[in-house]
Amino acid sequence: MITLTDFLLISAVLFCIGLYIVISKSNAIQVLIGIELILNAAILNLVAFGRYDKLNNNGQTFAIFAIVLAAATTAVALAIILNVYRRYKTIEPDKIDQLKN
Amino acid sequence: MSLTVILFYVMAFITITSALFVAYSGNLVRSIFMFFITLFGLAGLYVFALADFVAITQIVIYVGGILVLILFAFMLSGRETLDRLKQQSAGFIGFNDWPSLLLAVLFFVVLVNVILKATPDALAWTHIAATVGNVISNTDTTTSNIGINLMTRYLLPFEAISILLLMVLVGAAHLARKEGTE
Repeated sequence: MITLTDFLLISAVLFCIGLYIVISKSNAIQVLIGIELILNAAILNLVAFGRYDKLNNNGQTFAIFAIVLAAATTAVALAIILNVYRRYKTIEPDKIDQLKN
Repeated sequence: MSLTVILFYVMAFITITSALFVAYSGNLVRSIFMFFITLFGLAGLYVFALADFVAITQIVIYVGGILVLILFAFMLSGRETLDRLKQQSAGFIGFNDWPSLLLAVLFFVVLVNVILKATPDALAWTHIAATVGNVISNTDTTTSNIGINLMTRYLLPFEAISILLLMVLVGAAHLARKEGTE
């Protein structure tokens, strides 16, 4: 029998890997991948609990909404990354420091 | 140990290992393609949570849409990134990565503690759902029910998300357009 604890632990592992990627990587695209991993961990939780709601499908419906929102976020973020590359010729968040000085 | 449980653990192992490789690899192309495998493994896990429609949505939207977008952005962001990636040595966790690794591990410890203390298998409302018969079983078809619920109970978030998608479409096209030379 697959229990809820299994799903929650797997999603905790994925969340922490995503957190590590977001903090440590120096490339904007890799940071974006980390954010996607964190979102996927959250969706896994929604789906795992959604099993206990057969009539209203609460968890699964909001998992679908979360997937759509993630897709929308990624599209805008990639457009921003392309714009930043066009202007600064780099996509490393650490090197874009025009406002700093 | 039934076959289902073994398959579940195999799927979980594939997902977590490929996610670790995404974090470990210094090569951007490799980490993107390993992320591909992570998403497929997650879709498999959704199937084990008896959410087949969400699993198919995951494959169609994430693998078909988001990953192709990421690959396009990677290829459009130029030669210098590619060249720099070749010099970057894949492998050892550099000195600068230790604080983030420490933070991630500590956060994981906290999360595991919270999950084990909360005892999700003994939650009251899941037991009530089980006794009432409100639990999805292996033989149920959930897709038609999801469709009905989307059009009745969750109509407002559905419409809000459709408007948001329209805004994102316009906004992303506006952001990505070439400016200047009119």
